[in-house]
Amino acid sequence: MSAVPFELGLNTFGDVPTENGRTFTDAETVRLIVEEAKLAEAVGLDVFSVGEHYREGFVDSAGAVILAGIASVTDRIRLGTAVTVLSTNDPVRLYNEFSTLDALSGGRAQLVLGRASQTQSFPLFGYDLADYEALFEEKLELFMRLQRESPITWSGTVRAPLVDVTLHPTMRAGGIPTWIGVGGSPNSVIRAAQYGLPLMLAIIGGEPERFAGHVDLYFRALEQFGKPLQPVGQHSLGLVADTDDEAAETWWTSWKPMIEMMGKERGFYPPTRERYQSELLTGALFVGSPETVAQKIARMVRELRISRFDLKYDVPGLSRSARAHSIELLGTVVAPRVREILAEESVNV
Amino acid sequence: MSDVTVGILGAGKVGTVLGRLLLAAGYRVLIAGSGPVSRIELTIEVLVPGAVTATADVVARESDIVVLALPLGKYRSIPRSQLEGKLVIDAMNYWWEIDGIRDDLDDPRVSTSEIIQDFLPTSRVVKAFNHVGYHDLDAGPRPAGSVDRTAIGIAGDDDAGLARVAQLVDAVGFDPVPIGSLRDSISLQPGSSLFGANFTADAVRTAIDDFPATPRGQLVAATRAHESGGVADD
Ligand SMILES: NC(=O)c1ccc[n+]([C@@H]2O[C@H](COP(=O)([O-])OP(=O)(O)OC[C@H]3O[C@@H](n4cnc5c(N)ncnc54)[C@H](OP(=O)(O)O)[C@@H]3O)[C@@H](O)[C@H]2O)c1
Repeated sequence: MSAVPFELGLNTFGDVPTENGRTFTDAETVRLIVEEAKLAEAVGLDVFSVGEHYREGFVDSAGAVILAGIASVTDRIRLGTAVTVLSTNDPVRLYNEFSTLDALSGGRAQLVLGRASQTQSFPLFGYDLADYEALFEEKLELFMRLQRESPITWSGTVRAPLVDVTLHPTMRAGGIPTWIGVGGSPNSVIRAAQYGLPLMLAIIGGEPERFAGHVDLYFRALEQFGKPLQPVGQHSLGLVADTDDEAAETWWTSWKPMIEMMGKERGFYPPTRERYQSELLTGALFVGSPETVAQKIARMVRELRISRFDLKYDVPGLSRSARAHSIELLGTVVAPRVREILAEESVNV
Repeated sequence: MSDVTVGILGAGKVGTVLGRLLLAAGYRVLIAGSGPVSRIELTIEVLVPGAVTATADVVARESDIVVLALPLGKYRSIPRSQLEGKLVIDAMNYWWEIDGIRDDLDDPRVSTSEIIQDFLPTSRVVKAFNHVGYHDLDAGPRPAGSVDRTAIGIAGDDDAGLARVAQLVDAVGFDPVPIGSLRDSISLQPGSSLFGANFTADAVRTAIDDFPATPRGQLVAATRAHESGGVADD
């Protein structure tokens, strides 16, 4: 494991923040994301990734455009998605956007493809949710072929056929790093392995350790398909603040209304404060002081054999200053501390 | 060690977790996905070691009790002739993000388990395991008598079937709480305060008692009264 350098990244869904009680406009939020990505680079974080949502309170509907803005004001940080809803995207357009982003950023573009936890893109772009699997399957096959062969001839059911087509700007040889995001379905784990693509585990509730079986399954499946070893990453939500109490209180204030709203939409019971506390302690929320969060991330590296951890640092209504402070602490204190813990452990092993 | 064979239709998140729980409780477990056995072999070998993979037809035919752990929207693909006369546990929910928008599955007048019972007229359908998230099922089993033991609401029209399912729920590590008939099982569905909750038996009973007073409970009562030509009582 120690051969793979550990990467720490940030994810945003473009959640609209507040400042001194005032809610940002959508446009202000878009500009803030670019500033936050600059900050992430300044504090030494490795990756900055933008989601894809189509609803009030989230401004990440055109991720490639935001990433292009970030590309032009940063030099080093890698630029990705979290996640791209492949089922409702056109693989050709996606290729065009990300080959352009990769050119613009000097080879820093990457993707996570998956099923977002939000599904507004289906009705918006005229797709049936019930077709999710078939759409994903066929579009993934096409997208990977687009990245790996050129010119390409293809026909299928999800878009117009391609006859001897070469897309421009052409992608770098072999394509950009393309991860598959999974939320617990064993089938999706197998699919990632089948394509030999790295695995991003979206762990947003319950004890993260329960994904250890999925990681075993992934490595076993890679082996069975004769694919080279690939990295495993984890996406979770959280906030770093100066103390555990401050982090817990600040996150709860913004997270509670959001989870209540989601519960209403989907018909599930929103968590109690008690349950929230146990999510902090043993669950999937990475909320706490730098030491608490660093220890918890290091535990994930151990238990789940991850080499990349992405923290989704925003939640609607969280203040701009809390977000900025969280990014700073993550880069300047948590990241070096995680690496230190991992180095100590590899010496002791 | 039990000599009861439990079959699971669905090798996804819920199916694999229930498979592990049932094996740990000593049941023999058969499990199927929608496709050929080869597609789930590795998954089951790694995630549910000890379970036997087979096609859905074979699982349904060879099992004493069959758990439905597939997307509800696909219920018509359940091998119904193999399930004749059997005890069937319905763990399914209408989840529009998976099933798509389906008015037939989202009718407050009928519980989704009644729809399944209609589809499997000679089977004895019992609703169970549907209202607790799969990660809570995974983390939740406790020995009987534990103060923090998670409870599972169960519902059915057949007393013997209910009793057998209660025994199974208890054996895998949860408190079974009978909440009524299949018609009543609407109070275990999405939209109820039990759904997604991780409650002890007392809290489940309280939530069931309180259901009629909730907005969802009132909607159910009003639409059902209308259907039967009666007057909604308020
Ligand atoms: N997720 C939860 O926390 C939770 C909790 C309680 C209850 N539930 C309910 O449990 C059910 C399963 O949910 P899940 O989250 O486990 O979904 P999932 O991960 O998508 O798994 C569904 C499984 O069902 C299989 N399947 C589809 N049609 C089938 C058929 N005709 N015969 C046998 N297997 C079939 C699928 O196989 P293929 O991939 O081969 O099609 C897949 O293995 C749903 O009704 C859900 O509402 C979910």
